[in-house]
Amino acid sequence: MKSDKIFKGLLYAAGLFMALLVFFAFLSLVQKSMSSIKAFGFNFLINPDWNPPLRKFGALAFFVGTLLTSILALLISIPFSIAISLFLGEYYRNNFFGKILDYTTDLLAGIPSVIYGLWGLFFMVPIVRKIELLVGVPPYGVGIFTASLILTIMIIPYTSSIGREVIRLVPKDLKEAAYSLGATQFEVVKKVILPYAKSGIFAGILLSFGRALGETMAVTMVIGNSNYLPSDVFAPANTMASVIANEFAEATDALHLSSLIELALFLFVISFVINYFGNIVIKRFRVNG
Amino acid sequence: MKKALIILTVLFVFVLSSIAMADLLGAGATFPYPLYSKMFKVYYSDFGVKVNYQAIGSGGGIRQIKAKTVDFGASDAYLSDEAMKEFSAPVIHIPTCAGAVTLAYNLPGNPALKLTPELISDIFLGKIKKWNDPRIAKVNPDVKLPNMKIIVGHRSDGSGTTFIFSDYLSKVSREWKEKVGRGKSLKWPVGLGGKGNPGVAGIIKQTPGAIGYIELAYAIQNKIPTAAIQNKSGNFIKPSIESVSLAADTELPDDMRVSLTNTDAKRGYPISGFTWIIVYKNLKDGNLTKEKAEQLVKLLWWMTHTAQKLAKPLDYAPLSEKARQKTEKIIKSINYEGVLLLK
Repeated sequence: MKSDKIFKGLLYAAGLFMALLVFFAFLSLVQKSMSSIKAFGFNFLINPDWNPPLRKFGALAFFVGTLLTSILALLISIPFSIAISLFLGEYYRNNFFGKILDYTTDLLAGIPSVIYGLWGLFFMVPIVRKIELLVGVPPYGVGIFTASLILTIMIIPYTSSIGREVIRLVPKDLKEAAYSLGATQFEVVKKVILPYAKSGIFAGILLSFGRALGETMAVTMVIGNSNYLPSDVFAPANTMASVIANEFAEATDALHLSSLIELALFLFVISFVINYFGNIVIKRFRVNG
Repeated sequence: MKKALIILTVLFVFVLSSIAMADLLGAGATFPYPLYSKMFKVYYSDFGVKVNYQAIGSGGGIRQIKAKTVDFGASDAYLSDEAMKEFSAPVIHIPTCAGAVTLAYNLPGNPALKLTPELISDIFLGKIKKWNDPRIAKVNPDVKLPNMKIIVGHRSDGSGTTFIFSDYLSKVSREWKEKVGRGKSLKWPVGLGGKGNPGVAGIIKQTPGAIGYIELAYAIQNKIPTAAIQNKSGNFIKPSIESVSLAADTELPDDMRVSLTNTDAKRGYPISGFTWIIVYKNLKDGNLTKEKAEQLVKLLWWMTHTAQKLAKPLDYAPLSEKARQKTEKIIKSINYEGVLLLK
């Protein structure tokens, strides 16, 4: 009885600690970005001009860069990760080939992002340059498109491993009931498994979106780091996380530093909002049963 | 559980002791880090004094010396008058070596290029767009220039290299000064950003027709071809350890807060700069004990004299004779509550 109480208390304390940690992180971001907020106000969010020597700071170009790379990566990754989830969760659950694929997708999630960045720089960039020559845009090789491709590969393991787990959780009697009514395997996937698992799959997509938003090293190496609003998906651009990583260490000017921290605050709020709405959607999708 | 506790304690003691064992603590610039770590290693084996240097970037180094959490800071850019005012007590700059920024390019056949200040600024402003531009051809009559688009590469991370390069361009081009200015991070008119010297070198190596700026030491170590640049006296100078040291062979101010870019020196390479160590003039203001203060002054003297011979093998330019004379005076002015530490 007593140990139960202690354990419960410990859990509460740990939970409270996490919540406080997030809250204080938010608070210190607000506090440290105060001078930038005072100097630029709401203009910070809608101004695309980021010019440290002139002490003019606006986040719009980086906001657009962040959203474009993340959303593009998400769109490319969804068909692949759902296919992998189905393959591993339903079709090839326990055979040798399935296990190898299982292991390799998990391994993808463990590769340090700087390796992805280097691989992107030396392998993907020349390929994208060739594509750009075919399409007829300036052949930089680096840019939003390359960054999105790298991000796609980085987030697939997140979506697919969660998808795989929720697909495995689909109750056997539901599937067997469908089969006994004469459904084909494809029909079972379409009518039983996907509807049942969609809230979990969506949660995985959401998690990987959060990861894509905040990814720094790999993106900064292949996005071209241009502080302008991108004109098309092949153009070099920059993301919020990448600018912070690039400029923070050498930011000596107080306003520059404060503006970088306001970028971090902005990123924090975006992640929070996406998670919040994501949770609402997950609840709505959830199948009761 | 108990085992974990023991391991934690051991780790904790280990971390604590490694901090306590360091006699002097410094933080700052990453550019001189290879040289400093070599210097401090030699200093420890010769004198038994341990120096712990954290290469966290010039910005961090300045913040830490301002907060007095380190004994000395290190920076690739000297403090402006306004920045000096933010300190609670006077600080001084001690140059330790010089570095340079080179222009590297990727052209078929890797020809030896010559560039003038006007060409460099117009290329980086995006006004010269093709390699076979008649203005480039005029300076390089012997080189067969291709009909290729110029792709500019620059640093994306805030860096002293960018500061020196933009400081140079601001001096030689009025348009650059007004449109872009100088700083560690810039709003570049054109081009692609790469992280660190390897990032820019990667862009140059991979993109036919690219031109970008990289640090001299990195260019030498990776055997990247670089352009000769016309200096103020009209001579085309190839970047090298010697021509960078020579850039400081000119009139220097007493406090050594000086930019070497666009130097008057006849044989000097025009895009060079010092890197500095920053300490409080009265070391008591920096919260140092008397013993530590004496140690620090000894270290600084050694770094600017005996240890200068360590610079060249690591591709840093040692202080010129004129620079060393001025630096000696600065180190001699360091005191502890008014008492000079070196006679």
